[in-house]
Amino acid sequence: MSNIHQYYFTEEHEMFRKSIRDFLQKEAIPHIDRWEEEQKIDRDFWKKFGEMGYFGLNYPEQYGGSNLDFFYNVVMLEEISKVFSGGFTTTAAVHTYMATPYILQHGSEYLKENYLVPSLTGEKIAAIGITEPGAGSDVANIQTKAVKGGDHYIINGSKTFITNGVYGQYVIVVCKTNPAAGAAGVSLIVVDLDQEGVTKTKLKKLGWHASDTAEIHFDDVKVPVKNLLGEEGKGFYYIMNGLQVERLTASVIGYAACESVLEYSLKYMNERKAFGKTINKFQVLRHRVAQLASEIEVLKAFVLQACKMHADGLYVVKESSIAKLMASELGNKCMYQCLQFFGGYGYMEEYKVARAFRDSRIGTIAGGTSEIMLEIIAKMVIDDVSYNKSQESGIKSQEVDTVEGIFATLPERFRKEKAATADLTMHFSFTSKNYTVKILNGTLNIEDGLNGTPNCTVETDDETYVAVETGKINPQEAFMTGKIRVSDLMSMMTFGGLFRKLS
Amino acid sequence: MSITKYFYNEDHEMFRKSIQDFLQKEAVPHIDRWEEEGKIDRAFWKKFGEMGYFGLTYPEQYGGSNLDFFYNVVMLEEVSKVFSGGFAITAAVQVFMSTSYVLSHGSEYLKENYLAPSITGEKIACIGITEPGAGSDAANIQTKAIKDGDYYIVNGSKTFITNAVYGQYIILVCKTDPSAGSAGVSLLVVDLESEGITRTKLKKLGWLSSDTAELHFDDVRVPAKNLLGEEGKGFYYLMGGLQLERLSISILSYASCENILEYSLKYMNERKAFGKTINKFQVLRHRVAQLASEIEVIKNFTLQTCRMHADGLYAVKESSMAKLISTELSDRCTYECLQFFGGYGYMEEYKVARAFRDSRIGTIGGGSTEIMKEIIAKIVIEEISYEKS
Repeated sequence: MSNIHQYYFTEEHEMFRKSIRDFLQKEAIPHIDRWEEEQKIDRDFWKKFGEMGYFGLNYPEQYGGSNLDFFYNVVMLEEISKVFSGGFTTTAAVHTYMATPYILQHGSEYLKENYLVPSLTGEKIAAIGITEPGAGSDVANIQTKAVKGGDHYIINGSKTFITNGVYGQYVIVVCKTNPAAGAAGVSLIVVDLDQEGVTKTKLKKLGWHASDTAEIHFDDVKVPVKNLLGEEGKGFYYIMNGLQVERLTASVIGYAACESVLEYSLKYMNERKAFGKTINKFQVLRHRVAQLASEIEVLKAFVLQACKMHADGLYVVKESSIAKLMASELGNKCMYQCLQFFGGYGYMEEYKVARAFRDSRIGTIAGGTSEIMLEIIAKMVIDDVSYNKSQESGIKSQEVDTVEGIFATLPERFRKEKAATADLTMHFSFTSKNYTVKILNGTLNIEDGLNGTPNCTVETDDETYVAVETGKINPQEAFMTGKIRVSDLMSMMTFGGLFRKLS
Repeated sequence: MSITKYFYNEDHEMFRKSIQDFLQKEAVPHIDRWEEEGKIDRAFWKKFGEMGYFGLTYPEQYGGSNLDFFYNVVMLEEVSKVFSGGFAITAAVQVFMSTSYVLSHGSEYLKENYLAPSITGEKIACIGITEPGAGSDAANIQTKAIKDGDYYIVNGSKTFITNAVYGQYIILVCKTDPSAGSAGVSLLVVDLESEGITRTKLKKLGWLSSDTAELHFDDVRVPAKNLLGEEGKGFYYLMGGLQLERLSISILSYASCENILEYSLKYMNERKAFGKTINKFQVLRHRVAQLASEIEVIKNFTLQTCRMHADGLYAVKESSMAKLISTELSDRCTYECLQFFGGYGYMEEYKVARAFRDSRIGTIGGGSTEIMKEIIAKIVIEEISYEKS
């Protein structure tokens, strides 16, 4: 039967699906219950997984990858989500989609050789250290410090909820190399987990039992400077850029687990009898199944479309946030209702639905909570809406080619009505000069120099700023590549929404 | 850069601009009056036809423009954004639920005499499926058409028929062989001013600008050449057409959701409470974000399903899912948007009250939510696959 999938997956993808499914059936499924029990996945398994090439599907061949397209990743994620263990799924997902991509994108040849290559073979398992006991999604506010001394950094601080942090070999630590600089002081450093001064404590969890989750303390940990990923102070932008893949990954896991558990439930419902008929004949249950199946299908189509946009090189902040929000919320609803289909058996570990229920619960929290997703989406939908298009400024972008020229157009482009309750101070540092822009209750003041305490500082060169404002380069791209440094992205987005664009 | 770029090209967007301008000039100034009068000016649909909007995807030989299916999607999105479900459904019934049968199964005679004037807007069409005693179970209809020489003699009743009061003809679903169940169903094109037809305009909760009729057929003589396709195949023609009907309702639903949310956002950016505009209250912001997400997701799914339809695939599962999810979302969306307006939301001064009552038919018209779930349940649980008949 034809379906929407054929617009995303080719025959080759489906052949690959068959092969990884066979592999999991043989190498993972027989051990899952034990791994859940022991709260640890056999180290050898990941080596086999790596040998099969599953860790390096779309990594370059020179590092041992297979250089395949993004949808091989999607197939891989779908399949590892269908073995009834969220802990198993997340171990591979964190390694492949949340940690090692940073090394590929920003790592030196040294780091690629020593960390990326063994990660693709499965010899090394990676973790990413963002969350701290006192800071979750608020990355600019992390406290872990890396202070440079000669050719080493000395790291002090704590990270928590770190998947793969107990049995993994290294962690990409998100830390401040310049604690005074807010987001612009954030850097990423690759740290071996057996390093002196690193203490790992395994955390007990509601679900995801097969995965290892650690609280990690860094006590004067000495890390070579060559373990810095990319440049100092750009870590925040690297992370922001990586979050889209993280959210898409969570979304694929979300819908795939739903598909798997609904299918599992349908099998049960076709066998279990009540009042003389199988329970899949009861209309109220049938309609509940139809509703769930519809929501899964609709969401899956959206996630696949967002994946396609990502694969096409688009920056899918809105789509990946929507996908993550909806997929994880649906995960909870789906597992709750599927458990109900099983009656008392659903509460017993004999059936896999109990595990699916507890494993699902982390979905709306990890990788940015539902509330954070809603904050991001609200910013995009409410504060940066395009319904004012008709009032676009008549100022032509080709008429301005200097920072001064652009700043001169700000009063004319100011959306007074939108700024009625705003209270925002912005510092702009350009090559040629500095400005302070103050917006308060519908008034706009532009001053030379940097005055007062800003909500946000923007640093860039004249050329980049003019190129962004006149639409020659994509502003998000400029942020992500660090051409423009913004200390608080949310303030900057609010600021941008208060001015009509140059036309 | 949004998902819609994967479905619409620049030409579609230029077309969108043109139909937006047209509606802004020719429809928007009159909508409130049409809603009040329970009737859309006849002259409006002639202008609509002259612009080519009734025949976007139809062959040129019948006056159509032979464009791809997504022009129809754009048209439907735009007619759904003028704050009148009654207005939108009038066009939707004409293009997606009635004339489509004349094109697919009609003889040259019927195409020239009914399809061509429908495309120009001279004739407005309707489709008569539902009867006082039979809704979605089309195999069980009671209206009979008994052959008598060159004529059929039609007797029976139809109800909830959009466009039947002011429209010119109806695609009548009737039994030419009453003993044969679904194999006895045929489609007849019947002029609405034929002798023996009584039309009664029904009063409704919403969709006030559209005309909805109960029809009685009392020994109505219809020429045999007005039969669509073959006798006894009507049920299969209908089943083939229902995907399009569900898709059109899905488009109508997400497009009006988008429209009413945008309308609400404007209001929320002006209305103040406790010293700030209400779009600054986090609880409302999250509600907006949730709605916007759900709209975006179902819109993508509907557009995907439209693409499958355009590619000639028989998307029973997808169009049923799209109809189910989009109409349920629409009720929730218009309910919540009304709440954003507070007391003003209850007043006719703002368009959200109308959107709320107009939305309520979505989960009923064109196959109820319960029927959609029956279909989806069969596909998902019994793995029944529907092939094109």
